[in-house]
Amino acid sequence: MDTQSISRRDLLKSTGVLVVGFSFFGTAARALAQGDGLSVDGMDPTVLDSWMAISKDGTVTVFTGKVELGTGVITALAQIVAEELDVPFNKVFMYSGDTDNAVDQGITAAARTIERGGVQLRQASAAARQELLKLASAHLDAPVDMLTVTDGVVSVAGNPAKKISYGDLLGGKRFNIRITASGNGWDMKVAPEVPAKNPKDYKVVGKSIPRVDLPEKFTGEFVYSQDVAVLGMLHGRVVRPATSLSAPASVDESSIKNIPGVVKVVREGNFVGVVAETEWAAIQAAQALKVTWSEPTLKMMSGPDQVFDYLKNTKSFKDNLVTNRGNPDAAFSQAQKKYEATYYWPFQLHGMMGPPCALADVRGDKATIWTGTQGPFRTREAIAKMLNVPTKNVHLLYREGSGSYGRLESDDVAEDAALMSRAVGKPVRVQWMRADEHAWDPKGPAQISTIRAGVDAQGNVVAWDFMDRSFPWSESEGNPLLASAQIGLKPMSQGFLNGTGGGGQIYTFENQKVLTANIPWVQQGQWPLRTSNLRAPGDLVRVFASESTIDEIASDLHVGPVQFRLRYLTSDKRISEILVATAKQAGWTDHVAPAPASTGTKAPGRGVAVANRANTMTAAVAEIEVDKSTGEVTVKKITIGHDCGLIVNPDGLKNQIEGNILQAVSRALLEEVHFDSTGQKNLDWDSYPVIRFEQVPEVEIVLINRPEMQPLGGGEPSIVPVTAAIANAIFDATGARLRQVPFTAERVLNALKV
Amino acid sequence: MARISLKVNGKSRVVEADANTPLLYVLRGNLALHGPRFGCGLGQCGACAVLVDGNTARSCMLPVSAAENKNITTLEGLGSVAHPHPIQTAFIEEQAAQCGYCMNGMVMGAKALLDKNPHPTVSDIKRSLNSYLCRCGTHLRVIRAIQRAANGTVKA
Repeated sequence: MDTQSISRRDLLKSTGVLVVGFSFFGTAARALAQGDGLSVDGMDPTVLDSWMAISKDGTVTVFTGKVELGTGVITALAQIVAEELDVPFNKVFMYSGDTDNAVDQGITAAARTIERGGVQLRQASAAARQELLKLASAHLDAPVDMLTVTDGVVSVAGNPAKKISYGDLLGGKRFNIRITASGNGWDMKVAPEVPAKNPKDYKVVGKSIPRVDLPEKFTGEFVYSQDVAVLGMLHGRVVRPATSLSAPASVDESSIKNIPGVVKVVREGNFVGVVAETEWAAIQAAQALKVTWSEPTLKMMSGPDQVFDYLKNTKSFKDNLVTNRGNPDAAFSQAQKKYEATYYWPFQLHGMMGPPCALADVRGDKATIWTGTQGPFRTREAIAKMLNVPTKNVHLLYREGSGSYGRLESDDVAEDAALMSRAVGKPVRVQWMRADEHAWDPKGPAQISTIRAGVDAQGNVVAWDFMDRSFPWSESEGNPLLASAQIGLKPMSQGFLNGTGGGGQIYTFENQKVLTANIPWVQQGQWPLRTSNLRAPGDLVRVFASESTIDEIASDLHVGPVQFRLRYLTSDKRISEILVATAKQAGWTDHVAPAPASTGTKAPGRGVAVANRANTMTAAVAEIEVDKSTGEVTVKKITIGHDCGLIVNPDGLKNQIEGNILQAVSRALLEEVHFDSTGQKNLDWDSYPVIRFEQVPEVEIVLINRPEMQPLGGGEPSIVPVTAAIANAIFDATGARLRQVPFTAERVLNALKV
Repeated sequence: MARISLKVNGKSRVVEADANTPLLYVLRGNLALHGPRFGCGLGQCGACAVLVDGNTARSCMLPVSAAENKNITTLEGLGSVAHPHPIQTAFIEEQAAQCGYCMNGMVMGAKALLDKNPHPTVSDIKRSLNSYLCRCGTHLRVIRAIQRAANGTVKA
């Protein structure tokens, strides 16, 4: 057994070398591949070399602004590149999220990465292949249409001895050609005129290739943003007020003088943080530091009821009229049978398992930042603005953090680290504590959907008037992040709107209106109740409301829920097909809900719901059990159907779908942010429970693959219909209709009493 | 600061740390073992789990002095990508993660379970891992991975 004493310095040296080596890999790979460096003033999407480089050994390094958020998307993007270039999958190396070495392809979000970013990389790869064939044609003295490519080797049809590899053709050199590119971010169209491969010839796309990142994640070798370290790094922790961005009236530095290793209490505007030599010292100091905060100028609301009242009674700043057909008002007033109800959704957390972490090294007017943001370019911009330096002076390197289901605080923590690094002139690593993360998670907004539906004497739905009222995402549209706001930057926008999907627009009714209203919230955005996009933003409550209403009408009309939906699902055959396939797989018998009352304490029920999220079609069948004595709901099984066009990686997709279902059950049954005017109440996992092993249902997945279509998203859509399917199953089991999430035992018991 | 002797993954280590420092920060900061992760600092999520004398412990709550001279096993002590432990192989084969942040706890929890109960039922697995949280919702895959590690296959 060898005994060795490791000093912190040695350790930092070793980790520092490893990690710094990593961070310069992009530049190094490029230099290696191309024999020269590139300008770092932003990558030009019309230069093919901005997208990829080929090394002498044939490795294709792809430079992408898209990032791995834990969904497996980088593996799927690599499949798309390998397919289009005809190179082995393991010859594609994805270098991701380095703002000096990638085209800004927009943030990685909204299950649009494959649909948009994937097509951008596919077309860039198709353009690269075209150029490589041109070069090969000259080299092999054969026309391009006589050439074939296998595993990165171009050969002449009928004369396989005449061949040359990509590496020999171009390895270490630039392509030096222009391609077309127009638009920005997600919407950028890259080389659309270049013909891409026919999907029927796909060999790599469509295969369940194991994810490239997973083995290291099971052994501790993976480098997360929480693991990045550089030589001489210090540790920081933030100290934030409980309710709003109050000013620190006094900071008593003597309160931490007995903690060894404290380097500095950083105060700037209303920002307070502590920098120390060790992480533990920083944690202790941040906890012990006595700060008296000024009385907040804005009190938090007293609780969810006040928030829901505010949502109902406050004028919208922006209405989105999604569907407007016929005259729903008149039709409603003349309807034989009328339905009116409001559905409620609370603030919920993204709830990342690992609090966000960033390392910042600010030197003069330049900064290097490592963090796990879903928008490296967006965060770079925010930090440059906060530091008041040109954007190009900030180099942001993405390192994966804990799973992202929307916008996380990896952006905010990067600002914290930058402020503290600037204050001490050294690299500073900052990680938030659990309570920081629970409190300042930019939450999924509270939301209400109100519906009026009318049925005529013949049992036709003649009126559908859907009104959704939601907060926008205060933490968006260039609005200042936490630290920026604390040092005085002001919001410029009301925030981005919380989506428009799910208000029943997948159905075709004669008189139909779907409107989503956005209620101002940005002034309050600096409370712990600040808001942002949370997985399939806004769609969950809209589908909860619309699919519950459909179910209610079907039950009243004594029609089976599947049959009734099919009457009106006439706009797109994909949605009716996925519903039928899912019902079949679930062994669904289309009985009229509710089922005959059960005699025992435990009442079983089944419910169904459908959704269209960004053109991915889903259907869910929930099998549940309600304990009528306690009100406790147990979800036994979810059967989920999913049609996202062309499937790139079936097992990767299934992994996403399973995760969506489990998160959906958790959000439907368990999750709600509690608060009163003094602040947020649930600041840990005991007070904000999420689904655990013993609560996990069985999940059965039905995939419809459509190779003739473009690939669509899989990261979000399947979370959407689950709440409604569970609510409909509770109705089936008990005859009680739940209209407020989460379906706690108490709420269910109350509904049973009605 | 004290000099504290630890036995980590079969090797003796001497670290300089405040005796009250939770073991997690010593493993990550002093010993560069990044398998155990900070999730809550409250012992609620399991991301920081290690084995101390064969039993799981939440290293975010355990003072380093309390682990002195005990046998500490971290995720790195099980295996590496080059030489994975059979449990790690099973997790890879089942592709049982998304972001992977909680996987340290899942794998260490599985190790402790299988050491005591080599052929657990699904309910044994659920009960045994119930205090380990995962936000991505990979629970079903984790259960399958543990079944695979136990039986070489996954039972329906």
